[in-house]
Amino acid sequence: MNNLTTPRMERCIGCHSCSLACARLVHKNLSWDTAGIRIVSSGGLSTGFQARVCFACNPAPCATVCSTGAFSQRKGGGVVVKKKLCIHCGECARACPVDAIYLDSTGEPFVCIHCGHCVPFCPHDCLEMVKVQAEPSTEEHTMEVKS
Amino acid sequence: MIRDHFRVLTVDLSTSRGNVVSLEGRDEKAGGSGLAALLFNKYGHPNKPWDDPDQPLIFAIGPLTGYFPLMSKTVGAFKSPYHDQYAESHAGGRSALALRFADLDALVIVGRAKGPVCLSVGQRHLEIKDVSFLWGRDVFFTGKTLRNMFPGGGHRSILRIGPAGENKCAFACINLETYRHFGRLGAGAVMGAKNLKGIVIQGGSSFALPGGKEYPNLFQEVYSKATATDMMSKYHNLGTAANLDALDKLKSLPWRNLQQTSDLAIKGITGDRFADDTLLRNMACSGCPVGCIHIGFVREKFMEPNRYLYRQVSYDYEPIFATGSMLGVTNTFSVLNIMEIVEKMGLDVMSSGVALAWATEAIEKGIVSEKETLVDLKFGDAESYKEAVRHLGMGSNEFYRLLGQGTLKAAEHYGGAEFACVLGQEMAGYATGEVFLTAQSLGFRHSHLDTGGYSYDQKHKDKNVEKVVDFLVHDEESRVFLTSMVSCLFAREVYNEECLADCLQSVGYTALADNMEAVSRHIQKLRWQTRVATGFDPKGMSIPKRFTEVTTWKGPVDEDYLDTLKSEYAKRILELAEDVA
Repeated sequence: MNNLTTPRMERCIGCHSCSLACARLVHKNLSWDTAGIRIVSSGGLSTGFQARVCFACNPAPCATVCSTGAFSQRKGGGVVVKKKLCIHCGECARACPVDAIYLDSTGEPFVCIHCGHCVPFCPHDCLEMVKVQAEPSTEEHTMEVKS
Repeated sequence: MIRDHFRVLTVDLSTSRGNVVSLEGRDEKAGGSGLAALLFNKYGHPNKPWDDPDQPLIFAIGPLTGYFPLMSKTVGAFKSPYHDQYAESHAGGRSALALRFADLDALVIVGRAKGPVCLSVGQRHLEIKDVSFLWGRDVFFTGKTLRNMFPGGGHRSILRIGPAGENKCAFACINLETYRHFGRLGAGAVMGAKNLKGIVIQGGSSFALPGGKEYPNLFQEVYSKATATDMMSKYHNLGTAANLDALDKLKSLPWRNLQQTSDLAIKGITGDRFADDTLLRNMACSGCPVGCIHIGFVREKFMEPNRYLYRQVSYDYEPIFATGSMLGVTNTFSVLNIMEIVEKMGLDVMSSGVALAWATEAIEKGIVSEKETLVDLKFGDAESYKEAVRHLGMGSNEFYRLLGQGTLKAAEHYGGAEFACVLGQEMAGYATGEVFLTAQSLGFRHSHLDTGGYSYDQKHKDKNVEKVVDFLVHDEESRVFLTSMVSCLFAREVYNEECLADCLQSVGYTALADNMEAVSRHIQKLRWQTRVATGFDPKGMSIPKRFTEVTTWKGPVDEDYLDTLKSEYAKRILELAEDVA
């Protein structure tokens, strides 16, 4: 199981190639919005860029609030999307704590499905697919803090 | 969106009303340069002055904008305050994709607001807000304030002017996305004349793409050419700044108001030096993976002990030539410091540097004194140039107001026209020889990118007038098609004719793909006809004496050859301007 990560966003040049690739290859759209990854400046262009992308939560708040099963928990984090089941209520986007879900003008949600199509289109290798265990062990989430 | 017509939003600032217009002509005018000329002919007034409220300010994109990599530029078109004739100026940033996703092929702004305003447009959005509190504010402060005033961060373009545009300086630019510009020929003054301090373009729509594999496969092929081959390496390595050393070696880099064409001091301002000393990072226009925008830094100790601030300044070959070699400033950080003030004022950096180089020589020759220039201008003295740039932007006195109308305007009053480095407008940084001098003097945008004249000079020593003029006419014809798509001209090697035809075909513009040659010739003629109708007389263009005193790698400039080239190219331009079908 692979997850999309964004470990090197300091390198981002703001070309939007990742968003455009996701829209083009996954959703068959020309768009920089209807994509699982969106690039925004982090407070003006002089401060670099951030990726609005799924953090692969497990459990995923967006899946928890989905009342029709359109979003369901993905093994390894994030969600499995079944568009046909979606009623465009928008609860998933409201539940996402990191603004990773885009709702288009009809209320259709767009979220990263961790497929990795965007990765080769980043000219600076900001993005990376990382192998994850389907059931992450608790040790991975434990950090010792020393003062 | 792929459509067989143009969808244009017109906004009248006098009435605060907008109108969506459908225009025919896609198969003949394509978009970009062609569409802009079509729109000027519809909304422009050849016989009214540039600052008449009825004159349009046009922004146009093309059929391939956003659909392929490096199709990332917007064509700005207007009647220029510099020569009161039809003009184009091109910019990247996010403007092209923002217009695409606002579902507009063009935005046309007419009228004059009662007071300073910002216009905000988007797919389902049109708003004109009072921003009188921003009048007089610099480009950066204005940009940051507008960011907070309007929604849509990340996927919008913010165009704004500084004091230079408000003061109707004839080479005021429009800044967008902090580091990009509609730089030349005074688009900023056109906004100033309309009381238009800012424009926000929000792009929020999405469009279905053609089904099947053809389009995504072709995209992949073009993307690979742009990123994985050597075609674009110059631009993402040192960037255009790499040209400084190369042109100096060729004895083609203008130094100290073109009193020299090479200097050992070049080692202080080469592309390598800028990268080693100052380069912070790269940035890109939206839709371009190349990332040619080079951002340098300067820091300033503003308080003891050890209190610093830092600034980020984008650099390129032309700004370094204009504020570096042309002014004899040979320290990277000093050059960036001058550029930063130019940015804040909202001035075109090339015209500003060249105009101040003339002013410096005018002081040396006793034609003007510090009484006029307010600071003692000396080649190499960066601090005095920083002050002078402020005066130029603010129009501090009669001298600076005149200089801000163009170097030759100041020279008409004070004298010194013979050493004004003006080729239609203040020169670009290519003292390569007779072909470039002709090409910029008579070129449509008076830009070195109108044609590859500067490149021709570097490859040919022969003096075949017919061959040169044929080259200039045909090279312009191919470039005007690119600027109608609208491609970045840095991608001209990627987008050869075959590639362009494939791209157009893949998204459904079959008629354009099948008629590229006829369409480009038509647009080329239409642009010249439009320019000539607003008063351009190519036969009347003169080249100041300074250019004939230049020695390049080919030897001294041949005045007779230059005169013949100029007159033959002028003839061809006038032929092009006739008989547009």
